[in-house]
Amino acid sequence: MAILHDFEYEKPKNIEETLQLLSKYKEKAKILAGGTDLIVHLKEGFASPDFVIDVKDIEVLKELKISNNNIFIGAGVTFTELIESKEIEEQLPILYQASKKVASVGVRNRATLVGNICSAVPSLDSAPALLVYDAEISVISLEGERKIGIHDWFTGVKKTILKPDELVLGINIKTTKHSGVYEKLGRYRGEDLAQAGIGIFVGDNDLRFAYCAVGPIPKRMRKLEDFLNGKKITDEVIDEAAEIIPTEISPITDIRSSKEYRTHMMKVMFKRGLKKSLELQQGGKS
Amino acid sequence: MKKITIKLNHEIRSTYVEPTETLLDVLRDKFGVKSPKCGCDRGDCGACAVILNGRSVRSCLVLAIETDGQEVVTVEGISKNGLSKVQNTMLDKNAFQCGFCAPGMIITTTELLDNNPHPTYEEIKEALSGNLCRCSGYLPILESVKEASEE
Repeated sequence: MAILHDFEYEKPKNIEETLQLLSKYKEKAKILAGGTDLIVHLKEGFASPDFVIDVKDIEVLKELKISNNNIFIGAGVTFTELIESKEIEEQLPILYQASKKVASVGVRNRATLVGNICSAVPSLDSAPALLVYDAEISVISLEGERKIGIHDWFTGVKKTILKPDELVLGINIKTTKHSGVYEKLGRYRGEDLAQAGIGIFVGDNDLRFAYCAVGPIPKRMRKLEDFLNGKKITDEVIDEAAEIIPTEISPITDIRSSKEYRTHMMKVMFKRGLKKSLELQQGGKS
Repeated sequence: MKKITIKLNHEIRSTYVEPTETLLDVLRDKFGVKSPKCGCDRGDCGACAVILNGRSVRSCLVLAIETDGQEVVTVEGISKNGLSKVQNTMLDKNAFQCGFCAPGMIITTTELLDNNPHPTYEEIKEALSGNLCRCSGYLPILESVKEASEE
């Protein structure tokens, strides 16, 4: 399938040049990083920009900065680079697991984490991890830099709070000691969108949950957290908590599965994932 | 049209491209390199896989213009001086029927074995999970990779 809508291609060398282009072209421009979503959208006519701005020559966006209790993931960092980082594996295990479940090797070699949240499809694998980590997104425009909490980022299906003249610099995550898992339901392994996904964070006396693919935007599961936090976690409590899940999610029925199946599997993955996370917390290995 | 120059299968090659042209189309139609195939054209099937700067990518999801100054290797490049070990084990095991997925499988496998010469069965499956074969020849393909990695 050819790309039918003509566009001009720009490859700026630095942030300043990129911001000038964005401020000039606004909605007419699209940022190109990995391209694994954008090129499909261009082919299928979902996107028809007049300008495509390739940010892969901008060195600062490729940074993955690890400091004492903070990790900064630049907008150009690919899923493969995240998976190959020892620090990500050790300090952000939920993001590490989610990254490994994104599509397939050939896509992960190109696709970026920031691109994933900018596409903002409901099924995005990286969202539950970023939500339980309370990640913060750094964006910049000619007017200056601002930080946006991940909870405010998604505004609708494929929609974010990012303005047309803004560029994402990267994602900040504060690191704390925890264990956790990302459980994904797909029809087969490799290259399948999540039918349902749940990120589970187990810190010291702090349980956090977030979903993807079972609502228009990925979200934290606050009712579930309120119910469980402060309680002694037993099998009975977990079973009881699972019954809260249908009130937190709003799955749809589509070609990939029915809403009943998604709801059922969310409960199963919650129980399975929480038990696994608690075992990991007590020193087990995944 | 813009001129791009890439190192393609160890040779410097140039051509003129429109921004809308994908690397897959340019490789096949302008450079005459036919091993990458157009299957799904949306990054799902892996038939168009090529190695770009040492990593396997979906050439249907890369604009040709993005690759200016970069290095591309296809199966033609891998087999330039004879078949690789895994290509030979694939032949021995009659791994393919129609062969449409073969170039993608070879690219993915080459990347895997370059980075991890002795993968486990699980690692091979994971690496090849993004390459679809509609003749359902998966098992002999997996076995070919396993055997090549054990030699």
